[in-house]
Amino acid sequence: MSQNQIDPRQQMTRMSRRSFLWAGAAALTTWKGIGWLASRMEDNGTPWPFRRALEANDSVAADYFGPQRLAPTFSESKITKEPKANGDYGIDDADFDPNEWTLTVNNVHGKSEPVTVTLDEIRKMPVTTQITEFCCIEGWSQVVQWKGVKLADFAKIYPPSNRSGDDAPDIESHPEKLVRYVAMATPNDGYYVGLDMESALHPQTLLCYEMNGEPLTLEHGAPLRLAIPVKYGVKNIKRIGSITYMDQKPADFWAEQGYDWFCGL
Amino acid sequence: MIRAWGKKEQSIESTEAKPVQIVQKHPLAIRWFHWINFPVLTLMIWSGILIYWAVSGDGTDPANHGKYTITLFGHTLIRFFPDWFYAPGANEKTHNPGLYSLGARLAEGMSWHFLFMWIFAINGLLYVLFVALSGEWRYILPNRNTLKDAIHVVLHDLHLSKKPLPERKFNGAQQIAYTGVIIMGLGSLITGIAIYKPVQASWFTQLLGGYERCRFFHFWLMMFFIMFFMVHFVQVVRAGWNNFRAMITGAELVAEEAR
Repeated sequence: MSQNQIDPRQQMTRMSRRSFLWAGAAALTTWKGIGWLASRMEDNGTPWPFRRALEANDSVAADYFGPQRLAPTFSESKITKEPKANGDYGIDDADFDPNEWTLTVNNVHGKSEPVTVTLDEIRKMPVTTQITEFCCIEGWSQVVQWKGVKLADFAKIYPPSNRSGDDAPDIESHPEKLVRYVAMATPNDGYYVGLDMESALHPQTLLCYEMNGEPLTLEHGAPLRLAIPVKYGVKNIKRIGSITYMDQKPADFWAEQGYDWFCGL
Repeated sequence: MIRAWGKKEQSIESTEAKPVQIVQKHPLAIRWFHWINFPVLTLMIWSGILIYWAVSGDGTDPANHGKYTITLFGHTLIRFFPDWFYAPGANEKTHNPGLYSLGARLAEGMSWHFLFMWIFAINGLLYVLFVALSGEWRYILPNRNTLKDAIHVVLHDLHLSKKPLPERKFNGAQQIAYTGVIIMGLGSLITGIAIYKPVQASWFTQLLGGYERCRFFHFWLMMFFIMFFMVHFVQVVRAGWNNFRAMITGAELVAEEAR
């Protein structure tokens, strides 16, 4: 090594100093950035940058959603024995009498007043039975047989209006013209979910009165609950008291507490 | 002049008196991909555990995490995770909350997981693209000598072989580990999509064995990442400062006579 060359050790020290300064700055920025993210003002139960991210994920999911894509179905032998009932939000009042129950449907096309529907009327609608996987947002899943009427069939009898309001709705051929959302709530409004119209009219979305070949029990949502396998379990509302068609994004019990609104699977 | 990493380089400690030379070892892009991935993967594992803990259960309910156990001859050796892991040091009587608590933080876990998944995926894909296009894959992908080399490295590290380690950028054990961890990253991404959208991507989820199996794989990939990290950390400490510094500065001091 000739004398006029730079000593590689000295050169390395200089290079290292520069690089480690960079590394230190990057590490500090990351640390501060994570702290910043976690400490932002909350928007429905989660710091707002996360809420924006969840909303962006939701719009990707809603854009990609295809009504022709079906949830997998299973044979009877795969049905989970003793299915979990899990939450009882909105269905915990002791004096509820299922025999007195009726369903209220708001904003039915051509009706100025809410429409009342009885369980007998729902039972007379076209029957669909399916065995699908119920995926809880907590991570567990179970295979359940559901029996009821497709919400899409129900909506042919009690249709939502078009967004324009005037021309008659056509559920089958022009669902894109309909108002964009469906809200459902328990009779005491203690639990409520919002659904996008596409998911609500998905061919596997059912208003159910039977589960695993038996009438629904109260803890599983008697007299009428939703089975919507294109969504997490939280959207499968039990003991539906009201259905409301609307064009504004409806409130959603869990979306107010830090979860994403769409909850699509 | 700094020259590029050659076929035979002998990395040395800078305190040694031998004539040394600086050689370029890790490209800048790879250093960025590596150090971005470190906090991102850490956050993904942490938020993933928050999601996992949404149903901690007592391990007996088949619908919850009781299945994630190691069982030998019907005897459960370990359940993931043991109770102390949930809130270490916590004591209800003295109201000591413990070092941390993983309870009831599902929404928080999902918020972090579903934001940082994008960074994890994009960073990982760019890394793979860079390695493929830059030719760096030649150092990383195993070849026909890798297995023999890797066995030698393991025997050497366990002090069972005195033959010196091969002087290459990555030895056989590193090639297997680094290629493996890239495949694991891809595995986490694929099983993640499968459990994130099991209906919209149902063909995919079913191809991989269904929702529950994908969750199982996703969990165990996380465990393997932690195992990889522990071995990686120990090996970096053992390899010394000169080697570690190369992951920051990109360059390493090598003995001049090795040219």
